[in-house]
Amino acid sequence: MTIRKLFIANRGEIALRVIRTARRMGIATVLGASEADAASLPALEADEVAIVGPGPSSQGYLAIDRVVAAAKAAGADAVHPGYGFLSENADFARAMAEAGITFVGPSIATLEGMGDKLAARRLATEAGLPVLPGGEAQTPEAVRQRAAETGYPLLLKAVAGGGGKGMRRVDRPEDLDAALAMAQAEAQASFGNPAVYVERFVARGRHVEVQVLGDGVRAIHLGTRDCSIQRRFQKLVEEAPAPAMPDDARAAIEAAAVRLARHIGYRGAGTAEFLVDADDFSFFFLELNARIQVEHPVTEAITGVDLIEQQLLVAMGKPLSLTQSMVRPTGAAIEVRINAEDPDADFRPSPGTAIRAAWPAGPGVRVDSHIANGCEVPPFYDSLMGKVIVHAATREEAVRRLQAALSSLEIDVMPTTAPLHRRIAADPRFAAGGVDTGFLSGLQA
Amino acid sequence: MSDDLPLTHEDIAEITAILENSGYRELDLSTRRFHLRLARGDGDDAGFTQEWQWAGASGAAEASTESAEADPDAIAAPLPGTFYHAPQPGAPPFVQPGDEVGPETVVGIIETMKLMNPVHAGRSGTISEVIAPNGAMVAKGQALIRLNR
Repeated sequence: MTIRKLFIANRGEIALRVIRTARRMGIATVLGASEADAASLPALEADEVAIVGPGPSSQGYLAIDRVVAAAKAAGADAVHPGYGFLSENADFARAMAEAGITFVGPSIATLEGMGDKLAARRLATEAGLPVLPGGEAQTPEAVRQRAAETGYPLLLKAVAGGGGKGMRRVDRPEDLDAALAMAQAEAQASFGNPAVYVERFVARGRHVEVQVLGDGVRAIHLGTRDCSIQRRFQKLVEEAPAPAMPDDARAAIEAAAVRLARHIGYRGAGTAEFLVDADDFSFFFLELNARIQVEHPVTEAITGVDLIEQQLLVAMGKPLSLTQSMVRPTGAAIEVRINAEDPDADFRPSPGTAIRAAWPAGPGVRVDSHIANGCEVPPFYDSLMGKVIVHAATREEAVRRLQAALSSLEIDVMPTTAPLHRRIAADPRFAAGGVDTGFLSGLQA
Repeated sequence: MSDDLPLTHEDIAEITAILENSGYRELDLSTRRFHLRLARGDGDDAGFTQEWQWAGASGAAEASTESAEADPDAIAAPLPGTFYHAPQPGAPPFVQPGDEVGPETVVGIIETMKLMNPVHAGRSGTISEVIAPNGAMVAKGQALIRLNR
């Protein structure tokens, strides 16, 4: 099949990103936007806009029936779900399929298997991937029982989760009940499912992930990304390839990701996430994100592959045109997320109007953002304002380029994560590469 | 809505490279749809910035932005968002009128940008009234709960 009209069931920078590639491929775009986003940059850029509901996500971007109805009414033949929202929701993919609209993403069976952390673990184990001790629990008693098995510190994660929502670290048994209540409330609000997963917390771990591409038959990888610098388990800085790691360790992780993708007949772009021991490079499978990732541009920078284009081609039923040997990563790329959050006030969200948004520009600098001068950051959605991506021949040069880019960036008037990124970019541990997930707490103010 | 996106990030990088090797410090480009300013920052090794202004672009988010009345006895919303009385639907509320609270007592949560942010009482006292309804959109600084000393 050919996609002629693509419905974008998302917002913000990723909606704009999808529009850019669709337009280059000659595909018309319809943005399914909330009322709060009706005058956003992606709404201006899309060929058509369909309002899916009011600001709150539960009544708009997460309302399956409304989004499907809007896509149908617009006459779209495919839907791109972006990341977050309904991107990994099997019911959504099924409803679209029933409406005769192609879902740009993996099969419904894959979404069901990978959306549930327990099922994902089982599939990974079948494919021969190592996993961490832990398990699912529904009631406080069951959570306490699991906690006794894994020991402390432990992690509570939303079973239906992703993006750090509904995730809490618990250091002591007496903190368990309070943390569980908050994690379940967030899981319910973000995903409509309060079930949690209890997992052992590895102290000096790195978060390394592998970009995979599959067409249902063949699968390849596009190298690693390191996303160890996180706050509240949400990524702040991502880079490709994973630095300061022996080649054979990197290759072992890449091979494991491809093994999993082949085992489940993966279709489209996906990301296998691993927890890697910062000292001996042993690794554990965490989850497979069956969608495009926020940090996909660093992989695009080092491989030259347009991942959105690959997603659309696979969705059209085309076999992968890339082979493993055609993927030749060059140089190093780093992405920083500029969020509307105050890093000096525990990352408190700071929605509002960006009076001025002066983003960096220059060779080796890419900015993916939906925030221009005068644009609004509504309180309903996540805080991402834009991503600054730098690419250079070596990691050392990339770090220098990042420092220069951040020194010219200026966003007025809300607090953003930019000052924090300046401190990170200037930190000798970051310059050396290979930091663990505890990096931020060791950062000098 | 347009036939074409004006410039890709590769275009911006190229134009910046041209500017960098010229004697010019900035470039302004205006069309009906947008205004772009590429400018060199102050200082010798300052980089370039790109600033975009789009005709018709704004958020138009109407999350109750009336500023709150200053109420010295009220616990104010520390940030805008949706105010909840209880940790989850059906659960008992964090506090009720008559409850004694300390500065660290959690009196409610505000959901902003998909995060649950606890609201602390901030000082000791007795809850006299819960002003903002459960599930209401509240502005930063809006009075949520009244506290007697």
